[in-house]
Amino acid sequence: MIRRILTRLGTSVLVLWGAVTVSFAALHLTPGNVVDVLIGSSTVTPDVRARIIADYGLDEPLFVQYATYLGRVLRGDLGRSYQLHEQVASAIGAQLGPSLQLAGASLLVAVVVSTTLAILTARRKPWIRGLSSNLELIGVSIPTFWTAILLLTIFSFQLGWFPAVGADGFAALVLPVIAVALPITTMLTQMMREGLELTLEQPFVLTARTRGMSDLGVRLRHALRHVLVPTVTLIGWLVGLTVGAMVAVEQIFSRQGIGQLTLTAVGGKDLPVVMGVVLLTAVLYVVVNIVVDVLYLLIDPRLRGAT
Amino acid sequence: MSTPVVEVTDLHVSFPGVHAVRGVSLAVHPGECVAVVGESGSGKSVTARTLLGLTGAEATVTAGRLAIEGVDASGFGERQWRSIRGRKIGYVLQDALVSLDSLRPVGKEIAETLKLHRAAPRHEIPRRVIDLLTEVGVPEPEVRAKQYPHELSGGLRQRALIASAIACGPRLLIADEPTTALDVTVQAQILRLLAERKRAGQALLLISHDLAVVAELADRILVMKDGVVVEDGTAAQVLGAPGHPYTKSLLDAIPGPGSRNTVAGDVVIRAEGLVKTFKGRTAVDGVSFELRAGQTLGVVGESGSGKTTTARLVLGLLTPDQGSVEIDGQPWAGLTRARQRELRRHIQVIYQDPLSSFDPRFSVRRILDEALEVGGEPGSLRAKRAVELLEQVGLDESVLDRRPLKLSGGQRQRVAIARALAPRPRVIVCDEPVSALDVSIQAQVLDLLTGLQAELGVAYLFISHHLGVVRHVSDHVLVLKDGRAVESGDAHQIFTAPADPYTQELLAAVPGGHHDQADPSRRALPGRQQHHRLVRPQVG
Repeated sequence: MIRRILTRLGTSVLVLWGAVTVSFAALHLTPGNVVDVLIGSSTVTPDVRARIIADYGLDEPLFVQYATYLGRVLRGDLGRSYQLHEQVASAIGAQLGPSLQLAGASLLVAVVVSTTLAILTARRKPWIRGLSSNLELIGVSIPTFWTAILLLTIFSFQLGWFPAVGADGFAALVLPVIAVALPITTMLTQMMREGLELTLEQPFVLTARTRGMSDLGVRLRHALRHVLVPTVTLIGWLVGLTVGAMVAVEQIFSRQGIGQLTLTAVGGKDLPVVMGVVLLTAVLYVVVNIVVDVLYLLIDPRLRGAT
Repeated sequence: MSTPVVEVTDLHVSFPGVHAVRGVSLAVHPGECVAVVGESGSGKSVTARTLLGLTGAEATVTAGRLAIEGVDASGFGERQWRSIRGRKIGYVLQDALVSLDSLRPVGKEIAETLKLHRAAPRHEIPRRVIDLLTEVGVPEPEVRAKQYPHELSGGLRQRALIASAIACGPRLLIADEPTTALDVTVQAQILRLLAERKRAGQALLLISHDLAVVAELADRILVMKDGVVVEDGTAAQVLGAPGHPYTKSLLDAIPGPGSRNTVAGDVVIRAEGLVKTFKGRTAVDGVSFELRAGQTLGVVGESGSGKTTTARLVLGLLTPDQGSVEIDGQPWAGLTRARQRELRRHIQVIYQDPLSSFDPRFSVRRILDEALEVGGEPGSLRAKRAVELLEQVGLDESVLDRRPLKLSGGQRQRVAIARALAPRPRVIVCDEPVSALDVSIQAQVLDLLTGLQAELGVAYLFISHHLGVVRHVSDHVLVLKDGRAVESGDAHQIFTAPADPYTQELLAAVPGGHHDQADPSRRALPGRQQHHRLVRPQVG
């Protein structure tokens, strides 16, 4: 088990190193002078140009530049955005809070709602299952930006129940969370219901019933845990999807966040910020996967014995 | 007479489209063991589940009388049934590996029964769990209670499952195929445990497809077929003087010593000093044997004895660490891939579960066509050969366009045999070929294999944990234990006068197979009669 975790940590370091290398390569493969690429569409004084050359070691051979860049990333220095006139790390840090809030709340809502729906609808009468699975199909099919616009139009502009703009307080979080959580919820519900239905066919479920356990008790105490391994796997995948969905949602609800930051950076060719976001995404991916792996071990004792 | 623990008369259970149980009546008294015997689909398990109110929402249940400890249960709602389940009636399913929750320690599973019925104060539950495990003969109960089903042996698992069923001291214990998934020696232990429960006054309802298993325990036996009880009597009556032809055929289907007079041909498999180690665990340790054309070598052993590894070595699917395998005088070692493929035609295999060895989207025609193509049959002749093969295995061309899922278990195994025969092999490795089949189908498939051997001179390497089956088909026997051959030689000699203590133990564990007439407390089963084709091979 310890070996497994160590292996996972080792591969995580590899993934992060790969991400740093790719962003370094992107910097050098972009056509044009590296300094021009770094400053993007903003204009800077010759002094600043000289500082950039010194900071990135651009007058040194390529491998020294690479080593310099690696060293800086390791120290947490992601460089400076010449458009935002601030360090990339602090720019990302400032936007991280609202984004994590939105992503965390959306995932939480998605997990709670889909678990409840799956438990209530698995192996029920055909019309209940049918209704639920049709609604899920609709939920999966609607693009997130469209859901967001729809929610905004109805609940903010027409009914005025929730604020249309901003990231202050609980009320401002409701509509964005619904928009981000909807596709995740529907996908999770479908998978969990299918998993539950398979599990409920298992002999140990019958055994639990013969001990005098109620149907709901069996679903909660026995079957649910068996569905968690695939669920956790899927959630791991969906984290990537969530990041994508948040770009659109933050834009539509004019929320602060990484999505907004990325969009502005891409639009303004602000490469230092884009590279910072790429690294952040890699870190997120690695962390989520480690968490997923540890959860596997907690959920399924049979995996603890392996390796 | 005392009040029966359960009593049901004229029970009917139907599901949409199926009338599963038709007019069954049975009663179990305290300290009595009643057995319901039948093949799959006979309605025996449905009958048992009715006694717990667990037939499911789709089922319609009617009964003249349905009483538990004299109390009418016909109008019970879910809440009342739940107070019966586990408390008044315990239920043990087959194969504890899947009948216990794999994600929970077995101790928690046992505690669950106690908690659900508040049978003990919370702080006493851990101690009660240990007591229960001790009661069912689990050594080191403190350690075992914390272990998960996959960490326990088959026997310990089954004991833990029984402990969870008897936790609240139910008056009746229903055991639904309690030993089906177990090795013979473990099976014998579990049967002994059930016998102890019975001596302690526990009423037992035993559900089984195997008359031999219930023979030792049952006071009364009901034989079911297609939802109807065709025979009902004391065990002595049913086993000694069966009245219904179906009961007779079930008794005949119990494989016994066959009359073998095969002619040995050339050596087709020669295995010498086989050793195979997996990650430091020796699976096969110095096994040698010879198999001649037209003969059958039975390989016997419990799970983990190295049977399957031996088979895979013989098939050339694994490379031995030491030793060699020759097929038709040609060793696997040192062959190019192309030559190996050629040699594979000479040695084919049939498995326990043919369904999982067929591509579910292939029709029977395509399954056979593929096998014939691999066997080098020219395309123009394949269609004709496919029909011939089907005829050889007792099927006709009407199955050609069906897919494996649409075939019965017996038909599937016949198709698997036809596929194995397609490249005209010299040897067929049969890996538990009848273990998943009902007894009467089992007898038919065994007869088919014997017949084909006489006709085609094919040799069988016959792997099974079922000694009766091996005895029935084998000329020679190889007994494996922990990867070593503990005994090998003439089948008749090994089965009548085993030399190795382990073989003796295996034989002694066979239910219904070892009773001598001098011991009146044990009932002898009539052996399988010498007529091989009593049960005609039938399609279906």
